[in-house]
Amino acid sequence: MSKPIAVNGDTAIAMAWKQINPDVVAAYPITPQTIIVEAYSDYVADGLVDTEYICAESEHSALSICVGSSAAGARVATATASAGLAFMWEMLYVSASMRTPIVMAVANRTLSGPINIHCDHSDAMGARDSGWLQIFGENVQEAYDNTLMAFRIAENMKVRLPIMTCLDGFIITHALERFEPLEDEKAKAFVGPYQPVRPLLDVKSPTTYGPIAMPEYYYEIKYQLVTAMANAMDVARQVMAEYGELTGRRYDLVEGYRTEDAEYLMVAMGSTAGTVRFVVDQLRAEGKKVGAVKVRLFRPFPTEDLVALLRGKKAVAVLDRAMSPGTGAPLYMDVVEAASQIGSPPRISNYIYGLGGRDIMPEQLSSVFGEIIEGRGERVNYLGVRK
Amino acid sequence: MADEGSSSLPLGGMIIEPGNSRRYRTGEWRSQRPEVDKEKCTNCLTCWIYCPDNSVLVENEKMMGFKYSHCKGCGICANQCPAKAITMREEGVE
Repeated sequence: MSKPIAVNGDTAIAMAWKQINPDVVAAYPITPQTIIVEAYSDYVADGLVDTEYICAESEHSALSICVGSSAAGARVATATASAGLAFMWEMLYVSASMRTPIVMAVANRTLSGPINIHCDHSDAMGARDSGWLQIFGENVQEAYDNTLMAFRIAENMKVRLPIMTCLDGFIITHALERFEPLEDEKAKAFVGPYQPVRPLLDVKSPTTYGPIAMPEYYYEIKYQLVTAMANAMDVARQVMAEYGELTGRRYDLVEGYRTEDAEYLMVAMGSTAGTVRFVVDQLRAEGKKVGAVKVRLFRPFPTEDLVALLRGKKAVAVLDRAMSPGTGAPLYMDVVEAASQIGSPPRISNYIYGLGGRDIMPEQLSSVFGEIIEGRGERVNYLGVRK
Repeated sequence: MADEGSSSLPLGGMIIEPGNSRRYRTGEWRSQRPEVDKEKCTNCLTCWIYCPDNSVLVENEKMMGFKYSHCKGCGICANQCPAKAITMREEGVE
């Protein structure tokens, strides 16, 4: 039996990597991800893993090393946050298009400016069109569980895409929580050995990775990402089901809570999803027909799952921990797109919250439910901002 | 225009057949073509040394002209030719 222990989210991710023992970890430290690569470098120094650990001189180099290593046939992990992810920008698209299934922890932190080290999702949201898979965790347990599942989803032969395992900076990365790791052997068996596709080091099958593609081919090669993303939806569902059998923790691409007879829903990602369920329970006790929806897999976006949950509801509030100045925020846009498939869709409004690490309190979420129940509120709302 | 569909192309556009760039006729990119005046040419092969696309044809140590399937028309040969025997001419103009 696995024993529950208390660690922070970053350490839980390092522990997951230790069990998987990737061939290469190349990284550059950045708050609030640093504990992951620090802890992992200890494992390397202590001989607990045989990973080739490369301290790169920047995030751009770190991800470039990951791409090269993956093409060479290695299982690869890395971690970053905020400006670090932004500095990887060029290589994000390259790694996705080159189909290198790198697993990268993203300790969600806002982007400058103003400079700020705290949590929001603006770093990951900006990368949503890069072709990376993105999975969000709510707590330390999920940060760990998502990591083990991420290797399986990304490396699946029908997918072969890099994946970001996102966890809220500080709220999950640095908070000590009780969690249950799998026994090493179980974790190793679940993830399995790495299977490369035409590794560069196989000199008997010479391969060129990442060649130029002119207008005659670029579009078709990009379209491969569309196919891979569609496959990833089914693969993620299978991997989550298998993980549920193994651990008893049953996850889904999108998870509804008290939604069946609900008339009003609140959609969220990351640590706030727990706060939303807490508020749902409070309001249910008052007889209000409310429910919560947690989006675990953000890319590919599980549109059909959302449609099933939104159908027949009166109003929906979508919480975004990121903004898109000049229009609605990313999660809202995707939820609205999903709802457009419903004959008479619910009224959907966007609530931007928690930017730069500002706390989100249960009372605020209660008042959001109050607004959507009464049909008040703008299309896009900036929750708690001093105007 | 190519006709392979997305699903029939190798993953990520990787090249899994060595040496197939021979079939990629980069000469189609050319806007100016080099022409040699063999009256002036001394067969010094400076053009052959400098050509970045290996498109100067040589037989029995004699300069025999250009491989237009892969000459991109960069003009380096014309620029380097000590005998000024190579002229760049606009493509599509007689």
